[in-house]
Amino acid sequence: MAEIAYWEAIRRAHDEELAHDRMVIAMGEDIGVAGGTYKATSGLYQKYGADRIIDTPISENSYTGIGIGASMAGMRPIIEIMSINFALLALDTLINAAAKIRYMSGGRASCPIVMRTPGGTAHQLAAQHSARLARMFMSTPGLRVVTPRGPLDAYGMLKSAVRCNDPVIIIEHESMYNMRGEVPDTETFRPLEGAEIVRAGTDVTLIGYNYSVHLCLAAAEKLAAMGISAEVLDLRALRPIDRDTIRRSVEKTHKAVIAEEDEATVGVGAEIISVIMEECFFALDAQPVRVHAADVPVPYNRQLEKAAIPNADDVLAAALKVLGRV
Amino acid sequence: MNASDQKRLLREMIFYRRFEERTFEAYMERKIGGFLHLYSGQEAVATGVLEAARCGHDYVITGYRDHIHAIKAGAPAREVMAELYGKETGSSRGRGGSMHIFDPTVNFMGGYALVGQPFPLAAGLALACKHKGTDQIAICFLGDGANNQGTFHETLNMASLWKLPVLFVCENNLYAIGTRIDRSSAVTDQYKRVAAYNIPSSQHDGQDIDVVMASAGDAVAHVRAGRGPYFIEFMTYRQRGHSMSDSNAYRSKDEEREWLERDPLKIYGERLKKAGIVTDKDIAAMEKSVLEEIENDIVRFAEESPEPRVEDLNKYCLDDQPDPRWIGPLAQGEQHG
Repeated sequence: MAEIAYWEAIRRAHDEELAHDRMVIAMGEDIGVAGGTYKATSGLYQKYGADRIIDTPISENSYTGIGIGASMAGMRPIIEIMSINFALLALDTLINAAAKIRYMSGGRASCPIVMRTPGGTAHQLAAQHSARLARMFMSTPGLRVVTPRGPLDAYGMLKSAVRCNDPVIIIEHESMYNMRGEVPDTETFRPLEGAEIVRAGTDVTLIGYNYSVHLCLAAAEKLAAMGISAEVLDLRALRPIDRDTIRRSVEKTHKAVIAEEDEATVGVGAEIISVIMEECFFALDAQPVRVHAADVPVPYNRQLEKAAIPNADDVLAAALKVLGRV
Repeated sequence: MNASDQKRLLREMIFYRRFEERTFEAYMERKIGGFLHLYSGQEAVATGVLEAARCGHDYVITGYRDHIHAIKAGAPAREVMAELYGKETGSSRGRGGSMHIFDPTVNFMGGYALVGQPFPLAAGLALACKHKGTDQIAICFLGDGANNQGTFHETLNMASLWKLPVLFVCENNLYAIGTRIDRSSAVTDQYKRVAAYNIPSSQHDGQDIDVVMASAGDAVAHVRAGRGPYFIEFMTYRQRGHSMSDSNAYRSKDEEREWLERDPLKIYGERLKKAGIVTDKDIAAMEKSVLEEIENDIVRFAEESPEPRVEDLNKYCLDDQPDPRWIGPLAQGEQHG
């Protein structure tokens, strides 16, 4: 077991899967000679060559489509989109093609692609580099959507995504690439379905995914100091949602907070609250609370950006609200 | 090409025309739903190009006017008809319909309704062929209207850059639904547009199957030899509207008459008659046998086939038999703090 950075975990998963299967290729902007914007493919061009680590032009919709076409003929492409904002350009091939080909061919064709992309705010990247957009992909049948919160899932879920026969969207986060965590030295796969109880507790359930799990963990620490036992649940997968684990946790704590970095409207929190209402409405002691971004394009100014994006104190305040402590 | 192959090709084109006409009838009887785009008038293009390729070996992909491309590529015609009827025995198990015929068993990788979307998919199929080191190629059929999409330019650039074995076949029927080409494309000769990407290209008569076969043969040879992509444009004309709801109000009767004179079945039939390969009597016999085949085999199969079961609504959305090692669920022991 070694502690490695999130980007190193992604790089290791690429390396192992490229070595395991010659049909695995990686493609994206600057991933080869330049080594990847977040170093997630560094050194792989030198090791596997230009035919398998493909530097693409800035043509998101079509290079994604090329990956999809290749996957229909037996390849296993890992497609990197430098920022989830740019994935909007590839929505036609992702949503109109990749997500629908298996279904509209009656199961006769499939496109086992992996699309990796960072979504989230970082440091004053402004409106066109700060989108999160998980909600858009999680609402699309035919896709799998996962949100690794740390190096272990970043490594193990990428490996599973490459082996899986469905199109998988992996949403990473610009602020997590240098985050460190333990990853086993031996080959490990992490499943693409199933929420995870990251911290057990009894008084309130804090639900997060991707970066917001860390906000929940920080809030749980503060709550513990106040004598409140918070359970932290990492959704891990946004499609499909693990309804059972959410239900079990809320039935135990009777209170729920959902933290998302995205805007609230038609969002992850809205969906999770619906799940809670449908699964365990009568277990609730208080109305669930969403913690989410302000309903504006993300501003550049440091203070405005900070005000637009939720932090651990916002999660704490929401928890105190559902607990009736404010 | 010997006389028996020539006769076979003539019969094939007659078959394709009558097949489409029969789908029209079934559509009017409301046995076929959705949108229905007929290929009547353009038969020489798909027939000639795919005659020059290796069907079942090469990959073929196209837009929504796809019935005939699928059949010529090797999809059983009765399954294509059953798909139009929405039946479980259809090419796409009744889930795709007219615009989404698939038969991966013969490497027919689908019809797509997003104009221009097949460009990158075709290049991806070609990338796979190149990666595997086979001598397969990918053939992408699209109309002239598709060339105004970004995918056209993006894909041509990458296909040329990476020397992918892909043949782009432009079926220029002069209209993007109701907008004439000189009102939508700043350069009306489509083959000239690809010069920007250093891809060899040419333009040919798409109504004469001999011209199509000869020119496509050269193009296929170029691509198969590993010399990169080729773009071939065929001038053609659809005899019917864009789809069933289109009355062709935007086309002049003179223009339609002019192109009907250049009907591909007529051109080829006349040529074979002149060469003494067929007689009027032979053609009449072909027509009769085609109609019998369509009625007694193809339509009957579609009519008698079962509908998909409503219980199977969610089938085919994702892999129905996923490997738990990759999918989960997460075991208790795998949870970590």
